[in-house]
Amino acid sequence: MTSLSINEAYVSTEIRPAQTAPASKRSPIIKTLFSDFLSAALTVGAIAVFVSLFPAIKWGVIDATWATNDPGACRSGGACWAFIGAKLRFILFGLYPPDEQWRPAIVMVLILVMVLASLSPSLWGRKLAAGWLGAVAVMLALMWGGVAGLPFVPTSQWGGLPVTLLLALLSLGLGFPFAVFLALGRRSKLPIPRLLSVGVIETIRGLPLVGLLFVASILLPLLLPPTWTIDKLGRTFAALTVFAAAYLAEVIRGGLQAIPAGQIEAAKALGIPHWKAVQHIVLPQAIQKVIPPLTNTAIVMVKNTSLVMIVGVFDMLSAGRSAAMDPVWPAPYAEAYLFVGMIYFAICVGISYYARWLELRVKAKDYR
Amino acid sequence: MLLTLWDNRRTRNLALQALLFAGFAGLLYWLWSNTASNLAARGIRVGFDYLDRQANFPISESVLPYDPSDTFGWAYLVGVANTAAISFTSIVAATLLGLLIALVRLSRNPLASTIAAVFVGGVRNMPLIVQLLFWYALATTLLPAPRLAFNPLPGVYLSLRGLYLPSLSLGEHGNVFLLLAASVIVGLAILRRQLSATLRDPLGWSAVVVIVIAALALIKPAVSVPELKGFNFVGGLRLSPEFAALMLGLVLYTSVFISEVIRGGIEAVSRGQWEAGRALGLSERHTMFRIIIPQALRIIIPPMTSQYLSTVKNTTLALAVGYPELGLVVGTVINQTGQAIESISILLAVFLTISIGVSMFMNWYNARVALVTR
Repeated sequence: MTSLSINEAYVSTEIRPAQTAPASKRSPIIKTLFSDFLSAALTVGAIAVFVSLFPAIKWGVIDATWATNDPGACRSGGACWAFIGAKLRFILFGLYPPDEQWRPAIVMVLILVMVLASLSPSLWGRKLAAGWLGAVAVMLALMWGGVAGLPFVPTSQWGGLPVTLLLALLSLGLGFPFAVFLALGRRSKLPIPRLLSVGVIETIRGLPLVGLLFVASILLPLLLPPTWTIDKLGRTFAALTVFAAAYLAEVIRGGLQAIPAGQIEAAKALGIPHWKAVQHIVLPQAIQKVIPPLTNTAIVMVKNTSLVMIVGVFDMLSAGRSAAMDPVWPAPYAEAYLFVGMIYFAICVGISYYARWLELRVKAKDYR
Repeated sequence: MLLTLWDNRRTRNLALQALLFAGFAGLLYWLWSNTASNLAARGIRVGFDYLDRQANFPISESVLPYDPSDTFGWAYLVGVANTAAISFTSIVAATLLGLLIALVRLSRNPLASTIAAVFVGGVRNMPLIVQLLFWYALATTLLPAPRLAFNPLPGVYLSLRGLYLPSLSLGEHGNVFLLLAASVIVGLAILRRQLSATLRDPLGWSAVVVIVIAALALIKPAVSVPELKGFNFVGGLRLSPEFAALMLGLVLYTSVFISEVIRGGIEAVSRGQWEAGRALGLSERHTMFRIIIPQALRIIIPPMTSQYLSTVKNTTLALAVGYPELGLVVGTVINQTGQAIESISILLAVFLTISIGVSMFMNWYNARVALVTR
């Protein structure tokens, strides 16, 4: 029998003509926009949204006054962006003495530098924490003055963007250690720490921040001895810290729940005392897990600092409002709020992009 | 002896807990004694007897009838009713709008889904209070005087004085009729199986029509259309600039968060469910509403509840635009009487009751609908 291998029988010898490329996945724009009734309705709706936005564009761009030194020129019916230019320093720094406004400016630069330096997780560590402590001390010294020949500026004259940023940053920073204890307490097997933590967390989360700010600004002076005088900014800061701590605690609790029991059991088997195991084994892993959701809390807190306006703290929003009250200008409230809103928007979007980047990094690390 | 006690874990835990409890109790006692001595020093009397006194301050708009000659207690109730009214209305409106935004964002139409995404991103990243103040500023500075009011639809006028809409008045038996209608709708919902058979029967059909016509003839509904008389509008339903700005801001802000919750829930349902629906020959719409959304609801409900709760808490921001909800009433009472402790306690108690009540209900509900797993 001749050895005819199977291959020879099945291998074709002639070369086939090249196949045509598959049809392009991209369908013509008319087809995507009007493929069926629903899609067509959505397209028409979208166009209607554009058309209805036209008066807003006319007000904000076409009829707007962009630059003028004469407030009277702003009465054309369009937006008065020239007002923002004229009042920029007031909105950013509030009532801070004009000759000293370089100090809050440096504080803002310092915050920016520190935030940029802390972006990469590879730099996180003791040195960075110490750097933050030093930077915050320098910021507060710059704002208050009274040292190194700087004139003293009371907190009642602080205002604008530095107050907003400092309130958000410090309430989160100071709230975090409290949050860790509350979260650990809530997970504890002992009844009293658990009940106390649950009570504190649920009470604060059940109340609106406005209520807490009322308590801080009106009731706190009654609750403390008369010799303890805390100014309005300090009391507001206390309320924000307590609020941040309760919300951070719930996030951290999520991280603690995600740590398998095997970790603490392994530590016990190695004879590591319970508290040391929590400090060195459970907490670092738990906090690492919840960093992306923590950025959400950061966004919430940045937005919440705007509520301090209600109890009369002069943050960026109050500064914008007071700037628009100037009778010389034609009541440009809408412009002022839009501008302030855009600053908040930039900060919050920045944090959320950072969170997305961080999440991708964490995921990439997991698979390695 | 002491060292052996310390080495025993049970006694150690007990001692530490006792210490913690004593510390907490001590803190509370310290705050209480400070307050007592501060109040004595300032000569402030604490007590709820002022609730029966005449309030003597106006509340610009309210769901319940209110007059400055009413008591402080009634003023609080009016504030609570206003809070409840704006919470309920904004939650219902925001849920509908949120569902719409979520569906538009998930649609395959690139134009519409991009617009929805830009809208969500923009509204989500600005503080609610800034948005409320912005809408209020628009409503009070940029809108025209009543004489030049915008008239987008017949009978709808938008001016500095607020938004005027045509209203439906139900005559003198209006309230009775509303109650009846509500109970009939509840009845229909309960008996819908039997009713669908009745409605297929022409006799049952005509009976329903006759009942509706008879009811309409009895209550004589009248439509009142706002008309410009002198310097302002007369008739119709007026929404004050405060209420309109508050509702607009609150509904837009809440709907964006709700749309994210709904979108997350829908995207969390596995793709196989869509494919199975298509394989069975169901239309996209049927797959969405009969297969995907019922499963997504289980995921959506817990975050949705916390969203609803934070909406209720967010209504306190109404005091930035001057709508008289509970927070503003409390602020006014503190200014008028100086009864800060009592007023703030009432505010906190109301919100804590709502929050704890809702979360207890949700825990019960969640336990009921949770997937049973082995």
